[in-house]
Amino acid sequence: MKSVSLISKLAVAGLAFAVSGAALASGGHALPYSYVADVDNLPSVQRGAAAFMGYCSGCHSMKYMRYSRIGQDLKIPEEMLKANLMFTSDKVGDQIISSLSKAEGAKWFGQAPPDLTLETRARGEDWVYSYLKSFYVDPARPLGVNNLVLPGASMPHVLWEMQGWQKKAEAEHHEGGEAAHGEKKEGEHAEAAGHGHASPFTLVQQGKLEPREYDKFVGDIVNFMAYAAEPGRSHRQSLGIKAIVYLLILLGFAYLLKKEYWRDVH
Amino acid sequence: MAIVPNPYKTTGIMGWIDDRFPATKLWKDHLTEYYAPKNFNFWYYFGSLALLVLVNQLITGIWLAMHYKPDAKLAFDSVEYIMRDVPWGNILRYMHSTGASAFFLVVYLHMFRGLLYGSHKKPRELIWIFGCLIYLVLMAEGFCGYVLPWGQMSYWGANVIFNLFGTIPFIGPDLVIWIQGDYIPSDATLSRLFSLHVVFLPFALVGLVIAHLIALHEVGSNNPDGVDIKKFKDPVTHIPLDGIGFHPYYTVKDIVGVCVFLILFVAVICFAPDGGGYFLEKPNFQEANPLVTPEHIAPAWYFGAFYAMLRATPSMFSSALPGVIVMFGAVLILFLLPWLDKNPVKSIRYKGMVTKVATMVFAADFVMLNYVGLQPVSSLFTVLSQIGTIYYFVFFIGLMFFHKFEKSKPVPERVTS
Repeated sequence: MKSVSLISKLAVAGLAFAVSGAALASGGHALPYSYVADVDNLPSVQRGAAAFMGYCSGCHSMKYMRYSRIGQDLKIPEEMLKANLMFTSDKVGDQIISSLSKAEGAKWFGQAPPDLTLETRARGEDWVYSYLKSFYVDPARPLGVNNLVLPGASMPHVLWEMQGWQKKAEAEHHEGGEAAHGEKKEGEHAEAAGHGHASPFTLVQQGKLEPREYDKFVGDIVNFMAYAAEPGRSHRQSLGIKAIVYLLILLGFAYLLKKEYWRDVH
Repeated sequence: MAIVPNPYKTTGIMGWIDDRFPATKLWKDHLTEYYAPKNFNFWYYFGSLALLVLVNQLITGIWLAMHYKPDAKLAFDSVEYIMRDVPWGNILRYMHSTGASAFFLVVYLHMFRGLLYGSHKKPRELIWIFGCLIYLVLMAEGFCGYVLPWGQMSYWGANVIFNLFGTIPFIGPDLVIWIQGDYIPSDATLSRLFSLHVVFLPFALVGLVIAHLIALHEVGSNNPDGVDIKKFKDPVTHIPLDGIGFHPYYTVKDIVGVCVFLILFVAVICFAPDGGGYFLEKPNFQEANPLVTPEHIAPAWYFGAFYAMLRATPSMFSSALPGVIVMFGAVLILFLLPWLDKNPVKSIRYKGMVTKVATMVFAADFVMLNYVGLQPVSSLFTVLSQIGTIYYFVFFIGLMFFHKFEKSKPVPERVTS
């Protein structure tokens, strides 16, 4: 089983690279961090589920996802599911709907917090990962924070308790020379995405977690969101391996049959 | 010629049927005694593969339609319902969405095969015309199907396509409202596209495929040498010396092609169903929102070349009509190919250098246009798509003259391998 999942992962990586090379090259804005979700890492996805339910589901729904499906796929027994992950409903067949209504959300934040079921497919796993790591202190914003990936975001830095507070690396030079610095900054982001260090932020006050732990914490959330965006992903990948093995055997027989029939054609 | 019931004098159950329905006759005429040239190469797999993909689309489509809701309020949710709550729904949906891309891929290769070996030339002009009609219906089918999930790209893609009709002088704006059934793409639009997608267009498609095959079996298949195998027949049996029965020879050979194709098809469905954002685009995972335009509206990849031509053509009198004319012209010129191609030689194997180079450049040009059509506008891409568009038409017109500037090789009497 383990080797199967390894083969499938390699196949995914290879194929994704083959088809998406061009798409990535033209993918618009550079993100400060890159991330590839791992939906087969069960403990991580489970931790991500707990974190999502604790920190995100208060405002964000996941209206296409049912609690029961999470329990089934992530091997969480019903009692544990009810005790730890279900805050707005006690029926496991229900969908994950936040208790914050659209109208109230719009009143509180200026716009209603979006449903997050498909967020990693709509924006990309990289994007969500970068977004959660890119809140920085900006006194000009009503909630005191801004986001590098989504400037002017109306969401507060919900995970401040975990991450702490960070400042943009060159916030001082910002005024006056925006155009001149714009280009330089973009170059730096690209570098950060490429090498995984040279952060565009400096941590001003650390939260409960070390930066490295926070990265893992955010990674868990993104893994869970990637799972929730397509719960059938693991299944289709293991199915793919079986189907291809079957087809390879069939191909062998089909080739021999063809050779046998074509013996009399010169 | 009068129709003679049961010409093969079968007996028993088959005889009872053959007295009333030409089962044995059809079987022999179209399979066992349909003599195809024995030298088909790699390029000849794509016809049978297109048929396979058509069947895939019809069958998965039937099951998807059982769960899909053609309602602007429910469509997007129902697709996610298929992806999550319908058993095997995600596989069905990916088979259908990947199948659409595969359909265009094999059809493009199948058409290019025709161009390479002169399969459009006399006496196969009608086969080519039916093929072009199939392609046209396929484009309509692909467009309608693309709109059904009612995501952002569905919605805005539909918006762009409908507005093409708005460029028609005088009647344009009213025509758009008539087609959409509303002032903007809406529930009325979605419902009618669903109807076309599942009833009219598949009917037309299957009918045209049958016509395509009837026409083919009337005149016989062309081959990579472009020679007529009916010239040399066995004096006793009257079977072409270079012909072999389609069944079993090409059925067993096509099964090999089917296996290879399915391996690639399954690999995409199971490991990269998004096709890196080309088969299922990111913005289409957000529900259609008439108030928010996506940053960059790209067509489905298989329309890239035509979209590039639309954007490459400068507007005139602040109307995009010239671009629309060029774009539709690019499709319609395909219908004229049998008469534009004046080269006396059929197969590229025996044509001269000018045609060979021009054809290869044309293939590269089409791929480039397709790529450029999917990218955001930039000055480099605009120039590239303009050059590409001009060459696209120059090539088709040039087919009237290329042979005058080159020396063809002698065409053999019989097939070479």
